[in-house]
Amino acid sequence: MPKPKEPEAKGALEVSRRGFLSGAGAVISSSLVAGTEALRAAPESSGTPVVGPGKVDITLKVNGTERTLALEPRITLLDALRFQLELTGAKKVCDRGTCGACTVAIDGKPAYACSVLAIQVQGKDIRTVEGLAQGDRLHPIQQAFVDNDAQQCGYCTPGFVMACKAFLDKNPNPTLDQVRTGLGGNLCRCGTYVGVAQAVLQSSESQTGSLVGEGRNHA
Amino acid sequence: MKAFEYASPTTKEQAIRLLGAQWEEAEVLAGGTDLLSLMKTFGTTPKRVVDIQGIREFQGIDYISSSGLRLGALATLSELIDHPVAQRDYPSLVQAAGGVRSQQIQSFGTIGGDLCQRPRCWYFRNGFGYFPKDASGQDLVRQGENQYHAILGNSGEAAFVSASSLGPPLIALGATLRIVSKDGSRELPVAEFFRIPQQESDRETILNSGEILGEIHIPPAGQMLNATYEVREKEALDWPLATASVALKLSEGTVEQARIVLGHVAPVPWNAVQAAKDLVGKSIDEGTAAEAGAAAVAGATPLSRNGYKVQLARVAVKRAILNAVMGGA
Repeated sequence: MPKPKEPEAKGALEVSRRGFLSGAGAVISSSLVAGTEALRAAPESSGTPVVGPGKVDITLKVNGTERTLALEPRITLLDALRFQLELTGAKKVCDRGTCGACTVAIDGKPAYACSVLAIQVQGKDIRTVEGLAQGDRLHPIQQAFVDNDAQQCGYCTPGFVMACKAFLDKNPNPTLDQVRTGLGGNLCRCGTYVGVAQAVLQSSESQTGSLVGEGRNHA
Repeated sequence: MKAFEYASPTTKEQAIRLLGAQWEEAEVLAGGTDLLSLMKTFGTTPKRVVDIQGIREFQGIDYISSSGLRLGALATLSELIDHPVAQRDYPSLVQAAGGVRSQQIQSFGTIGGDLCQRPRCWYFRNGFGYFPKDASGQDLVRQGENQYHAILGNSGEAAFVSASSLGPPLIALGATLRIVSKDGSRELPVAEFFRIPQQESDRETILNSGEILGEIHIPPAGQMLNATYEVREKEALDWPLATASVALKLSEGTVEQARIVLGHVAPVPWNAVQAAKDLVGKSIDEGTAAEAGAAAVAGATPLSRNGYKVQLARVAVKRAILNAVMGGA
């Protein structure tokens, strides 16, 4: 796994460069060097800490490793993964919870990383496509994607792989119809659904729901 | 997305104190699917987001045979779909939740979130509000792309459709919901939760900015046969074009009590009161089910491009009735 960037160090670097280039830049970046805010009690004294809107320390457990990042509360899990942790497997496509390209697993359940805030998933077990393979050995669902030509341009593939894994975890012996409706939360603009369905069926426990003989073009 | 403060209270009392008197002050966050999407387009720009997922009191689904099913507003669609009593007694609900064709949304989207989700109208989502107008004051919906808009309840200015999948079956099942605020809690029928906004400052539910939808109660199903039928454009995730949820009580082969509620055809879940009333005393067959479908859309006033939805809604009612009585999906 690539080493995550140090947010503080990056902020400091930007300050010096922008400060050098423009006086106005120094004003903008003064908030960047301020670091994270301390917790403060809500003015209504609700007893609940209120954080933000500036950066706060957020600890995420991704693929078994905990990382603490300085992020604003508005940062989504997807942006934290891609831009802070450099885990770019989850893709940013619609960014509105409709295409599935950003699918990850949170506590074992399939999730749109674009539709959850990073601050919401502290303490949860977050798994991305980068965490699936063990060394050079692909996860069975990844191998099934390779075996069944389940990708064309490949952009939806990481999200699809995570969606297929979550689907199989819950439905170990699906029918083809269940695969089709169960994966409705992921889109592929190349239209490689036949290969994906075949990969899921190959990875199922019984492997009885094979498409073989149905004619791949009509599945 | 505008920057905001964030808090994650663990009791409803804490949460209520963190909300404001106006929506601009604070929004409630649960599953996040709808709120984050809206905030990204500046459809709502709260100063604070109150994440209520940690409030135990609003979680889970419980069944007591004497009082019925209690759905915590934070229970997910998956919890509902997988609940054995929901599967046995309330198929209309499970079918509606299953229609949200995304395991991701089913896993994190909440029941309360489904009821509170904002209109999917593309003018609304692009910042034109409930009553989109062009610079000359012309109604953008009525002269524009209205193929997914309302065919019923559109005599006022609002022509978007209610996006809720669970509203129609909950109303058909006679469910009530509980709303909490600093003034205590109030309980009301789900049917009274939805409203057609008359001005831009209204919302499409009666929920006020300082309030939280806490839980939903569904009475015991008893002999109430129920089903939801939806007509959709594609297999994958999308909102349906038209749905019908029905609940029927039969006595010696004839209908003793009926409720028919249409979804995605009006700015609120559309309670087809007369169609349901006409069904009482009849036995259910293809003919009477079709008559009920025709009655349910009798007052439809389609816009320039959505006349086709009248037929879809009519058929959805017929098939929901037949499925409720004869079984089958």
